[in-house]
Amino acid sequence: MAIIFTLNGKSQSVDVDPQMPLLWVLRDTLNMTGTKFGCGMALCGACTVHINGEAARSCTTPISAVSGKKITTIEGLSADGSHPVQQAWVEIDVPQCGYCQCGQIMSAAALLSKKASPTDDEIDDFMSGNICRCGTYQRIRKAIHRAAELQSAQGKTA
Amino acid sequence: MSTLTVDRRDFLKMGTVAGAGLLVGFHLNALAADDPAEEQEKKTPNPFNAWVHVTPDNHVTLILEKSEMGQGIMTALPMILAEEVCVDWKSVRVEQAPTNPKVYNHGTGGSGSVASCWLPMRRAGAAAREMLIAAAAARWNVNPNTCVAQDGGVLHGSRKNFLTYGELVEDAAKQPIPNLNTVPLKNSDNFSIVGRGKPRLEGVAKTNGTARFGIDSRAPGMQFAVVARCPVFGGKVKSFDAANAKAVKGVCEVFAIEPVAAGAFTAGGVAVVADSSWAAMRGRKALQVSWDKGPHVGESSESLRKQFVDNAGKPGKAVRNDGDADAVLASATKKVEATYEFPFAAHATMEPMNCTVHIRPDSAEAWVPTQAPQWAQDVIAGVSKLPKEKIVVNTTLMGGGFGRRYMGDFVMEAAQISKVTGKPVMVLWTREDDMQHDFYRPASYHHFCGVLDEKGQLAAWKHFQTSTSIEAMWSPKGEEQAEKSEFATAAFIPYQTPNYRVEYTLAKSGVPRAWWRSVEHSTSGFVVECFVDELAAAAGADPLDFRLRLIGDDRKIPDFTNPNEGKPLDTARLKGVLKLAAEKAKWGSPLPNGVARGIAGYFSFNTYTAAVAEVSLKNGSPKVHRLVYAVDCGRPVNPDGIRAQVEGAAIYGLSAALHDAITIQGGRVVQSNFNDYQMPRIGDAPRTEIHIVESKEEPTGIGEPGLPVVAASVCNAIYGLTKKRVRRLPIRSGDLA
Repeated sequence: MAIIFTLNGKSQSVDVDPQMPLLWVLRDTLNMTGTKFGCGMALCGACTVHINGEAARSCTTPISAVSGKKITTIEGLSADGSHPVQQAWVEIDVPQCGYCQCGQIMSAAALLSKKASPTDDEIDDFMSGNICRCGTYQRIRKAIHRAAELQSAQGKTA
Repeated sequence: MSTLTVDRRDFLKMGTVAGAGLLVGFHLNALAADDPAEEQEKKTPNPFNAWVHVTPDNHVTLILEKSEMGQGIMTALPMILAEEVCVDWKSVRVEQAPTNPKVYNHGTGGSGSVASCWLPMRRAGAAAREMLIAAAAARWNVNPNTCVAQDGGVLHGSRKNFLTYGELVEDAAKQPIPNLNTVPLKNSDNFSIVGRGKPRLEGVAKTNGTARFGIDSRAPGMQFAVVARCPVFGGKVKSFDAANAKAVKGVCEVFAIEPVAAGAFTAGGVAVVADSSWAAMRGRKALQVSWDKGPHVGESSESLRKQFVDNAGKPGKAVRNDGDADAVLASATKKVEATYEFPFAAHATMEPMNCTVHIRPDSAEAWVPTQAPQWAQDVIAGVSKLPKEKIVVNTTLMGGGFGRRYMGDFVMEAAQISKVTGKPVMVLWTREDDMQHDFYRPASYHHFCGVLDEKGQLAAWKHFQTSTSIEAMWSPKGEEQAEKSEFATAAFIPYQTPNYRVEYTLAKSGVPRAWWRSVEHSTSGFVVECFVDELAAAAGADPLDFRLRLIGDDRKIPDFTNPNEGKPLDTARLKGVLKLAAEKAKWGSPLPNGVARGIAGYFSFNTYTAAVAEVSLKNGSPKVHRLVYAVDCGRPVNPDGIRAQVEGAAIYGLSAALHDAITIQGGRVVQSNFNDYQMPRIGDAPRTEIHIVESKEEPTGIGEPGLPVVAASVCNAIYGLTKKRVRRLPIRSGDLA
């Protein structure tokens, strides 16, 4: 039976095993490979997407659970890389291997949507579910502060 | 060149000798000045074919022969090329070289890419530039010496006489190729790209989901496979029942694949091929396999430790023996002794192992996240029986490498499966597969004895080590020279002593081992820099002053483990980084209560690194607040990239200090995922400051040298706090109480 949800602003229908995790539907069924597989147990955060605006681990979310919901992936965070978090990530040159970074960015974007100007402790707390084996944590922290500034500046001009 | 590279060369020879047909054409320095003429000729391709592609409308594409795994080589090497070619950095694009070991030196490891490519890339770029100048001079009918290359064009006299590379390239490619040994190189005073921090070229793609890693490879009609491997090392399939697996929707085929013992070192097992990764995983769960657990089923971390302790009770093979350390120790009234222990450690790259291969009757193509595409090509050639020229290997971006992706095991499995199905297939490893079938950093056990004379000089230094050697596993004569891969700088310490003895005994193990970020330096750096700290405390001396005093005069210490190819340790440069790190960290200045500093300095991959750690205890566990580094890696090519690598090595080293422990039970790995193999999280990340020495020496390694000083400086700080010596990693709260 088809499962229907909104994916990056557009209606999407898939006919797959209802237990199939959203991660694999995105990657293997829809060929949207920006969302990454890291652990399959919601331990590393590489697969982070937004479900109704909240950061969620797609590797442990069965597709049946997103029926009727709004999913945003890295491909839909902005049309052109202009989201303040993406801009800050490029400016600070955060990525090394880059594999975890889409998940980091989705988590950071969710954090900034709730907390316009998080402290270091708030960043460490919210981002603790995202592992970076290359060890870019110091730059992630710096880039989130920078993204907060960019977001606030955009808010003022909007 | 590092000992690591030498080991890999031996391993290459082994592959050929053993007839496995592995790793051909791995000559890191094939373009170096002392090459024989014929090698020179073979290795002098037209630079406009091999390195610099210019279109008539002036798009410049530079070719990258090394693999990008996060270390920034996709930016650093093109910077060197672009500097000599004289093109505008902003206009440069980079493309991965096709896998062709006759032209390119692909193997990426040993922190060797910038060091080994520095001169070859400069020469290739200079050759292209000189050919462009010659083409312009011919067009204008002027002396080439009156023309200069700048900003992607050639200028003669006034700006009126300016031809873009796009206008010149067709003629330039027909010019004679300059002798690479004599082609004029740019004066380094005029560098405008090298030495300026450049953001990584693929950075934007890594922030919008478009960067393609191995796991993102897609081919028409592609299938996905997982392999059920015997969890016990050395075990194999006894029998299996595929009925339930085949009943899972989406599963296409289930069949056994053979283990490959030497070279690729695969476990073999049962392949489950499906139309999605998820279906393949579900199929594997439903599969019933009975295993022959093989000869190593009795191995455990406890049995290995017993072997270590037994070995330590007997003399080892003398690796080095200056003077008579044993006699000094026998007559000493006061000895300093310490025993250090390390478990196996897993690489845990964020992107689990994977490989996509399509073997057709007459050709093959592969998409491989690999540090060694030339080996991947050989593996596929071996399985498919196709000539290498018919095998296209596309090197993808890697979600981390750290040495793990030098291996051929995941390529072998994909080739074996596609050979059966005839379709493109991705072999995907789950995190559990990756954690339990890694090639681990060896487990080791070290006993140290030191004696200080009445003047506080080092009268004797004795280091006994027993470990599950890498060499013993990879080299045909490995067991006879098992010590080769296990000491590095620990066999030529900078601390002067007339009586210096190093001993080694191999510990037998069925657990696969290989190169893990910084390899033997990860443990050698720890033991040497912790033990010298113990000696400093015994002498009642400041740890920094003590080190500087024992290092003594400026001199160059030959690389004991690799005297022919290794660069000597320059004590002036080592003292330089120790002093710089200490100065920047305000060594000796007061700290808040409950915070202490520790220091370590070390030479690895021909680079000098020192770190000062500031540490406190929080609920009985160490909390690292700040790491102040000084690094001397020769001329800094991309300073921001260097900083990134050291920041990353700091966290990888912290991981070894705080968490990394693979334990063995019943011949298999106990840990399976990030719940029981913990990683540092963002809250664990200290403030890391990196001070780069402005050097004009040849560039040296930077991907790994930041690591060995981390755990040592942290544990030396813990001693300052608690007066307890941490002598086994990872650090356990119980060892601090």
